[in-house]
Amino acid sequence: MTNKLSIELDPRQIRRRKVLNTLFSATIMILSILSIIPLFLILTHIVKEGFSAIKPEFLVSLPKPVGEPGGGIANALVGTIMLISIATILALPVGIGAGLFLAEHPKSKMGELVRLSVEVLQGIPSIVIGLIVYMICVKPIGNFSALSGGIALAIMMLPFIVRTTEETLKLIPTTLKEASLALGAPYYHTILQVILPAGLNGIITGVLVSIARIAGETAPLLFTAFGNPFMNMNPLKPIATLPHLIFTYAISPYDDWHALAWGAAIILLAFILLLNFGARMVAGKFGMDHSA
Amino acid sequence: MTTTKTFNQRDLIFKKGIALNAIGIVVLLAVIFVTILFSSRESISEFGLGFVFSQNWDPIGLNFGALPFIVGTMLTSILALLISLPFSLAIALLLGEYSPKGKFTGFVRSMIELMAGVPSVIFGFWGLYYLVPHIRNLQMALGILPYGVGIFASSVILAIMIIPYSSSVAREVITMVPRSLKEAAYSLGSTRFEVITKVVLPYARSGIIAGILLSLGRAIGETMAVTMLIGNNNEIPKDIFAPANTMASVIANEFAEAQAGLHMSSLFEIGLLLFIISIVINLIGRLVIHSINKSGGK
Amino acid sequence: MKKMITTAFATIALAAATTFGQTEILGAGATFPYPLYSKMFSVYESLYKTKVNYQSIGSGGGIQQITAKTVDFGATDAFLGDKEEAAMGAKSVHIPTCLGAVVLAYNLPGNPAIKLTPALIADIYLGKITKWNDAKIGAVNKGVKLPGINVVVVRRSDGSGTTSIFTDYLSKVSTEWKDKVGAGKSVEWPTGIGAKGNEGVAGNIKNMPGAIGYTELAYAKKNNMPQALIQNKAGKFIAPSLKSASLAAKSLPLNCKVNLTNTEVADGYPIAGLTWLVIYQDQNYGGRTQAQGAEVVKMIKWMITDGQKYTTPLDYAPLPKNAQVQAFKNLATVKFNGVQLMK
Repeated sequence: MTNKLSIELDPRQIRRRKVLNTLFSATIMILSILSIIPLFLILTHIVKEGFSAIKPEFLVSLPKPVGEPGGGIANALVGTIMLISIATILALPVGIGAGLFLAEHPKSKMGELVRLSVEVLQGIPSIVIGLIVYMICVKPIGNFSALSGGIALAIMMLPFIVRTTEETLKLIPTTLKEASLALGAPYYHTILQVILPAGLNGIITGVLVSIARIAGETAPLLFTAFGNPFMNMNPLKPIATLPHLIFTYAISPYDDWHALAWGAAIILLAFILLLNFGARMVAGKFGMDHSA
Repeated sequence: MTTTKTFNQRDLIFKKGIALNAIGIVVLLAVIFVTILFSSRESISEFGLGFVFSQNWDPIGLNFGALPFIVGTMLTSILALLISLPFSLAIALLLGEYSPKGKFTGFVRSMIELMAGVPSVIFGFWGLYYLVPHIRNLQMALGILPYGVGIFASSVILAIMIIPYSSSVAREVITMVPRSLKEAAYSLGSTRFEVITKVVLPYARSGIIAGILLSLGRAIGETMAVTMLIGNNNEIPKDIFAPANTMASVIANEFAEAQAGLHMSSLFEIGLLLFIISIVINLIGRLVIHSINKSGGK
Repeated sequence: MKKMITTAFATIALAAATTFGQTEILGAGATFPYPLYSKMFSVYESLYKTKVNYQSIGSGGGIQQITAKTVDFGATDAFLGDKEEAAMGAKSVHIPTCLGAVVLAYNLPGNPAIKLTPALIADIYLGKITKWNDAKIGAVNKGVKLPGINVVVVRRSDGSGTTSIFTDYLSKVSTEWKDKVGAGKSVEWPTGIGAKGNEGVAGNIKNMPGAIGYTELAYAKKNNMPQALIQNKAGKFIAPSLKSASLAAKSLPLNCKVNLTNTEVADGYPIAGLTWLVIYQDQNYGGRTQAQGAEVVKMIKWMITDGQKYTTPLDYAPLPKNAQVQAFKNLATVKFNGVQLMK
């Protein structure tokens, strides 16, 4: 290496190096553009195929029997909203609590164990979570239900909430906490009234992002929420969801159902985009607050 | 005095409550592991270690083995990684090294983030009606059975799906390459290409490997898109166009109908294997990232 | 936090209470009669306000879910074997609901009409015939221009009653099939790609030039897919239809648990079968109420009487008279604490 450090002044050599450099830059550009092309193909395809399905009644009516034209996805829309609510209600308190614990005891043995568990939980394939919830919920309860689907999604959500809570709280200056304690506020008061509100935006961002992640999950719902062609408001009964509806309609041979599924895909994607956008807005606000 | 005491008591309850949530997560993980282990006990005791090496999958004769699915999973995932690697590296270099701030970069970054948000089932749906007909034409031109679906279709979809993951980890590490190192190389007259290949990539090597491991972990557990595109064939695939099944897709396909007993228990054991493989790959990946973060922080 | 949990449970309880008034019946299983069932249950809901949620997950799934008691009824087009009945843990009854034909649908350029002999079908599914212009196919289809493209075999990936009917037929007509593969809801296929449900098989055939696959008549008709004429035991080439399928059910044994394949009837279609609902004979299990059991029985009674008028428009054959009589008898044995539920 060392003896080659002297700069080559041969003009041909320099030209060769320059050409190589330009070629490489061009390759990087071309590959980058190529990698986002599939996204455009997907988006244009979905819009092309699904746009015709989205009429006002699409969002408020139920699917028609096989092979009859028309119908909508109201049942799946309600189902997705219900599952997300159940999952959030279950995962939020535990996730924030555990995140708080990690932020407060970052170096403890228990903290290490919890952190490891969170990482392992995050790595479990979604289909395996479906299997487990079937075993610990569906079988003991005795039937498929929105509740068990919600539990499966809650397990998937939990690691995200723990991590974002921990990371957000770590960013809050310790002086804030010390000031509160020094003023004689009790510990729980300090956490609930000072620390958590200070990190609220960050936590909300995390929750929105994690909802966006689970909203499109299908695999854990196959053996838990199960599907339902009717409107269902009972958490203890099986329920339809957007991603599951897309799956079952996608593999069917009926063109009407494909159109419904493409339409449902537009709605689902729009919902996820909205959540991500919302998360970014909140995060932006959080960043400003923090720097101010 | 009394108020302070109640404050202290409340503090204690509060601290215990938080600790309980944290313990809850450890317990949840333990429950998950025990449940899946317990549910696979019949298959484990019946087939032992042979389960991993046997290619039988016979629900009537109740003889089960996971080899075709392990091979199917590895083949699709590794092929997907190979396909996606140049693309995700290019994106990582563009976002992390070339122009971390420009308008075009910002656009690419948002698009990649958007891609990460697209649900698996939508990738599968699109793959089935857009990608598969193209692959079928290719297969007809090559003169092989025009199934369309199979290992190759799944790998292409997986490759697209994992680009955001592998590129984001690689990008982070690339941005962490010390400026002084790069400046030293530039001042010696190196071109950007030389700086990247001789300074940036060697320095970021372990981060890139971590990114690859994390996306491998994701590809292995990916279910819906693969289930829709793999062709559901319980045999060891003979070539990369063959229809096959992965560990995740065979569970998705057969779990609802598996008879309690050996069939169901075998599916659980496949779930257990999938669980262990993804956890190990994930943990190694994260370990690498942690060690980079630590050394990078110094 | 506690407050949150309490509110959560209160909301859930409230939602549960508001919808508990409505009965809901949950069923799962065969994809074969799904187009018919989805129509019947949609009508039934408008008539009686009872929601019947039917998920077409395959016959194997239907049997497994009723055995696990996670559904009110299972649906299957392969009647339960002794082992499967024993696994259910309590006595069950089979109630036939309709008759269907399994057709061999295909996708060829121009879609010419094609005749198939039993031997040809077995050879195709054994992977011995791989090109459409194979001389053996040509010998039966003189005058038909067959393309030189590959035969893409499509079959089911899930445990299926349709598969059971089809492989039962193949086992009857081909000793090689019987020895190498056998009959059942899922078998070790020598060739082809697997698709989920009758829906999936039909979908794959539709998308794949050169494909051939077995699927329920209704799926092939709805998707305008050509269906092969099949040579029956009497040597005649029979087009699948409601009429030719019904002919196969001319002689039914008393309990209706029978395969109708490879019929001796001269004009009968050789790959036909009944499809059944399976419920527990004693509806008092797993904390169920008598009302729930009565709802299930009432719904099934409607299916085998008034509901039958939806069969023909959807390309299923209605239950033959003798099968309907037997279905009634079976349903009459369903009880709750000794009380007969059929009214």
